[in-house]
Amino acid sequence: MSDKERISLAQGEGGLASSQLVESLFLQAFDNEHLYQREDQARLELADFIRQGDRLAFTTDSYVVDPIEFPGGDIGCLAVNGTINDLAVGGAIPRYLSCALILEEGLERALLERIVASMASAAREANVSIVTGDTKVVPRGKADRVFINTAGVGVIPQGVELAARRCEPGDVLIASGYLGDHGAAVLAARGDLALEMDVCSDSRPLHGLVQEMLKVSPDIHAIRDATRGGVATVLNEFAQMSQTGIVLQEGSLPVRPQVRGFCEILGLEPWYLANEGMLVAAVSASAADEVLSSMRAHPYGCDAQVIGQVVAELPGKVQLQSGFGGRRLLEPLTGEQLPRIC
Amino acid sequence: MKFVDEFRDPELAEHLLQRIKVLLNTAPLANRESVRVMEVCGGHTHTIFKYGLDRLLPSRLELIHGPGCPVCVLPRDAIDTAIEIALQPKVILASFGDALRVPGTRMSLLQARAAGADVRTVYSPMDALALAKQHPDHSVVFFAIGFETTIPATALTMLQAERENVENFTMLARHISIIPTLKALLDDPELENDGFIGPGHVSMVIGTEPYEFVAQAYGKPLVVSGFEPLDLLQSLQMVLEQLACGTSVIENQYARVVRKQGNAQAQQAISTLFEPRASDYWQGLGEVAGSGLQFRPEYSHFDAEQHFLCDASKPSDIVEQGCCDQVLKGALQPQACPLFGRVCTPSQPVSALMVSSEGACAARYLYRSGEHRDVG
Amino acid sequence: MCLGVPGKIIAIDNADLGTAWVEISGVRRSVSLACLLDETTEPESLIGQWTLVHVGFAMSVIDADEAQRTLQLLNEMKALEQEMDGHEIRG
Repeated sequence: MSDKERISLAQGEGGLASSQLVESLFLQAFDNEHLYQREDQARLELADFIRQGDRLAFTTDSYVVDPIEFPGGDIGCLAVNGTINDLAVGGAIPRYLSCALILEEGLERALLERIVASMASAAREANVSIVTGDTKVVPRGKADRVFINTAGVGVIPQGVELAARRCEPGDVLIASGYLGDHGAAVLAARGDLALEMDVCSDSRPLHGLVQEMLKVSPDIHAIRDATRGGVATVLNEFAQMSQTGIVLQEGSLPVRPQVRGFCEILGLEPWYLANEGMLVAAVSASAADEVLSSMRAHPYGCDAQVIGQVVAELPGKVQLQSGFGGRRLLEPLTGEQLPRIC
Repeated sequence: MKFVDEFRDPELAEHLLQRIKVLLNTAPLANRESVRVMEVCGGHTHTIFKYGLDRLLPSRLELIHGPGCPVCVLPRDAIDTAIEIALQPKVILASFGDALRVPGTRMSLLQARAAGADVRTVYSPMDALALAKQHPDHSVVFFAIGFETTIPATALTMLQAERENVENFTMLARHISIIPTLKALLDDPELENDGFIGPGHVSMVIGTEPYEFVAQAYGKPLVVSGFEPLDLLQSLQMVLEQLACGTSVIENQYARVVRKQGNAQAQQAISTLFEPRASDYWQGLGEVAGSGLQFRPEYSHFDAEQHFLCDASKPSDIVEQGCCDQVLKGALQPQACPLFGRVCTPSQPVSALMVSSEGACAARYLYRSGEHRDVG
Repeated sequence: MCLGVPGKIIAIDNADLGTAWVEISGVRRSVSLACLLDETTEPESLIGQWTLVHVGFAMSVIDADEAQRTLQLLNEMKALEQEMDGHEIRG
């Protein structure tokens, strides 16, 4: 057994060991006035919110990714960016996050420090504060090293009305970047497939990009980030909520060569792979060019592409059109994507 | 991707489609109500639907989606046996992802995993062997399925395990041979077809010679085909050219990968480890003489069924729901089955052909749903 | 069927085990060469060749000339058809 410092059950009991962990790790890393108050809740100024908009957006998500660290990110930055993006795609400016950690007894402290540092740096980049939190430690074997839950609060500016149900026939669908980078990077990093490839998770905050898009076209109909289930699943949500049909052109879907190779080898489809920093927007045809150029001018949208259209036919369904003109249905992902031999 | 993208050129496809139309409209095919070609291999079924080739081809050219999908024909009792083994303590059962969703009589391997079995997905049987080496205190069982394309890989992996003295590695083998399966289909009076598209990747192992009987004894043309859309269209054109001039020979469209003699090393690996069994039961196909393989006696220590003393007696009362057998022979279109799209869907497959996207039913469901959703 | 993907053999991985690194559209995997090797074939001689990979095994060396021949045949058909179309228009 190595002499590495490890997390103990006592550090989740709420006593001295707990507060030492909080002070030596979280306060320093997350570093903001709300945390320094050391109260049981963060107290947020209403006036401050009202200056930015007329509605609060509130969301939560849990992060259990395996492996914890992977090319392009780790569970920490994912937990920050993922929740930020859930706020961002509603048009909200993200402001505050909570951070609840469930740690497995015996977790290496050095790993926890890396994760917390990664959360802090992602929060700094996105200009949000992690203002409240909780840490529990469960006996060894009762959890897989570390699980994180973050909740987030943001402010939606007046007049912004992004909603999946607003997609209408004639809308153009734009993806902000390559499909499936995160899913492929994580699956490859698990190592059990023994595939080596150079691809990084796209974990990144999207609210800056969304705000740029709204600046040129405040009436964008819908935006979602294509996380679990990939672009195919998000577009099925668009189709179902708005009772429209969606047609994607296979040739215009941006997929990196190595992600495509990865999918060909395993019999997977890139439009079902997860992304953690890629959004899909439904924009009226007249605004599409402007929105697309605003996206391409942003570092997190420089690979943006028009990928398809909203149509009236087959409401509730997503179709993928091949270069041969044939169309096939893309169902929402059911269960996990399994590598196949046939 | 080299050797892939060139064979996905829609413009060249257009010319093949034109030629196919011309052939169908020229005597002697012009007088025929329909011309029926069976693609034996599920991979071809997948290509046809993925690229929408069935919509581009004239409707008088009827494609029958054959049995060449190892997942689709996997009998339920094979899954039951795999689950029985996987639920034993200190056992890791590894298989290809395809096998995990196939319904057994009570549950699938995925459901067995939720019930506590240690079931792993692997890309290669070699990865299952690696698992055995990583977990010396566990017994690792590789659940091996597949036609001749896959059998050499599993055989070579077992031989590697023997060379390395890995003792905690066995195999539950449910391989199926293509030639006896094809012969059984040809002997079935319900099969009505004019020619075959032969399986490209099986043929890279067995070669093209074993198909000679199809032309000689049954008088039907067979063209071994690659899996890209141009491969498939060219192969269909080649079958039609033969039908147009009344010949029946075995041709090889997939010459970049398939040699006449096949792959000697791969064939040898198969015959070193396995021998044909008298008869085996396959979903949708029923009993097919000589279609299954068993371990040769000198390699029986690899056999997980012997190792775990499974009850090898096959349940005699397997009730097949649905119309898989009719669909496999082309006697029925998938959507004509009463279960199709109602109780049998890819996420909740009742029957084999709905499990893999290569199965005639799943392919039809996934790629053509818009047209038959009214049934559901 | 059996999913098979063309990849290029780029380096020997483990000569004793007969494995090599194959690159498939930017993805690398160590695969077994057992089906390509016989007494007369040295593993090194396969470097640079394209092979069809199935479940971690190189199953066949892809014959680039044959691939070219297939494509050429298709292109000739295209040319022939265009010629015939031309006749029709003129005729």
